Amino acid sequence: MEKYKLAFYWASSCGGCEVAVLDIHENILKVIEIADILFWPVALDFKYKDVEAMKDNHIDVCFFNGAIRMSEQEHLAHLLRKKSKIMVAFGACACHGSIPGLANFFYRDEVMNRAYLETPSTVNPENILPQEVTKVKEGEITIPEFYDTVHTLGQTVKVDYFVPGCPPVPDQIMTLVEALIKKELPPEGSVIAGDKTLCDTCERLREEKIVPQFKRLVEVIPNNEKCFLEEGIICCGPATRSGCGNRCINANQPCRGCFGPAPEIHDQGAKLLSAIASISSINEEERVGEFVNSIPDPAGYFYRFTLPYSMLKRKLIREEKK
Amino acid sequence: MVFEPKIVGFLCNWCSYAGADLAGTSRMTYAPNVRPIRVMCSGRVDPTFVIKAFLEGADGVLVAGCHPPSDCHYQEGNLKTMRRIPLLKKMLKQMGIEEGRLRLEWVSASEGAKWARVVNEFTEQVRTLGPLNWKVPQPKGGKH
Repeated sequence: MEKYKLAFYWASSCGGCEVAVLDIHENILKVIEIADILFWPVALDFKYKDVEAMKDNHIDVCFFNGAIRMSEQEHLAHLLRKKSKIMVAFGACACHGSIPGLANFFYRDEVMNRAYLETPSTVNPENILPQEVTKVKEGEITIPEFYDTVHTLGQTVKVDYFVPGCPPVPDQIMTLVEALIKKELPPEGSVIAGDKTLCDTCERLREEKIVPQFKRLVEVIPNNEKCFLEEGIICCGPATRSGCGNRCINANQPCRGCFGPAPEIHDQGAKLLSAIASISSINEEERVGEFVNSIPDPAGYFYRFTLPYSMLKRKLIREEKK
Repeated sequence: MVFEPKIVGFLCNWCSYAGADLAGTSRMTYAPNVRPIRVMCSGRVDPTFVIKAFLEGADGVLVAGCHPPSDCHYQEGNLKTMRRIPLLKKMLKQMGIEEGRLRLEWVSASEGAKWARVVNEFTEQVRTLGPLNWKVPQPKGGKH
């Protein structure tokens, strides 16, 4: 049998997804049996021009992790799409924007100023900011453009399969590998994860979801058995896709929502907001402020992993200066 | 030219829609800016609906339901809305949508005059805020 040709790429991400590939342990040998790796910048020395030299559709499967934040990443997304038969959005950043996507709460200049001027650990007396083009005596040197808005891979190019999670779990990776081995691929556009909400698969004790007061995780030690929401700890389970194996829940931590919206949910943050507001026990109009104040950062909490994928996608775009 | 705001109104079937009907049958004159949508209960107004309205060109969204605590036909739908909308306002503010663009009001079936007053007030409030003009960002297209 001819071996599959695989490519891995990382865009705006932390590198955790690259490590997650190794979480399948000795199963990696199965992968090596069926596949050759043609491109993997984190592990092996390839050049972009090697990819450019390939024929279209030369790569069988490209595992693309990370969000699209810079022109280089966007370029590679288009390039790898052209060279790959199957494009897999691998991990929460590629699927939904995830943590790098939280930059969509800010504008480009705010991000730059914070990173290069304002942070207490920065010494930059000449206020030098990165420039796309710099003239030196040998000519011009360029760096990629830093965009105002973080996008998901699916918004940038056509994606065949989505593997959500921060990072994805071995089960999802093996589902895809087994499908490749058997040549029984799921329908295009499939999300390789569960098809229920996390709450549906949670085994914690649920009695009656009425919450007198929401607390932040730092303020309480969660009970090991009871539903987090019933204890007043915000858990993203009601609006989050299952399939992670409930790792956080089993470690006595509430769900943070990294698998993105459950099927049929358009906007994870809006649905979570709705769910959280329904279970508060505050029924007096004059006390609603207490409820609202108990959730200091609703947008950040409810859209932690999905801001670029949400309906609004980012903070209001500023009018262009005339 | 005066800016005429587009306002989407979600009105509950049992109280507020009847209240708005009363304003009409009583021939009250009030601002024509609200596009009413009848829902069975203000508790049915998913925050997703409000976001979609803003996304598709609304400058303001008005949610109207039965008076709390006990007017709700479904007993506690209005109580959920009473908690949901203020939290949604806080979240939308983080996205750059002013709190004044979203309003929650209790209008009973007998309060035609209140409905007319609320619509007039809210229309002026949104007019002062100006057009929202929400734009969805698009990827640049990889010409690099």
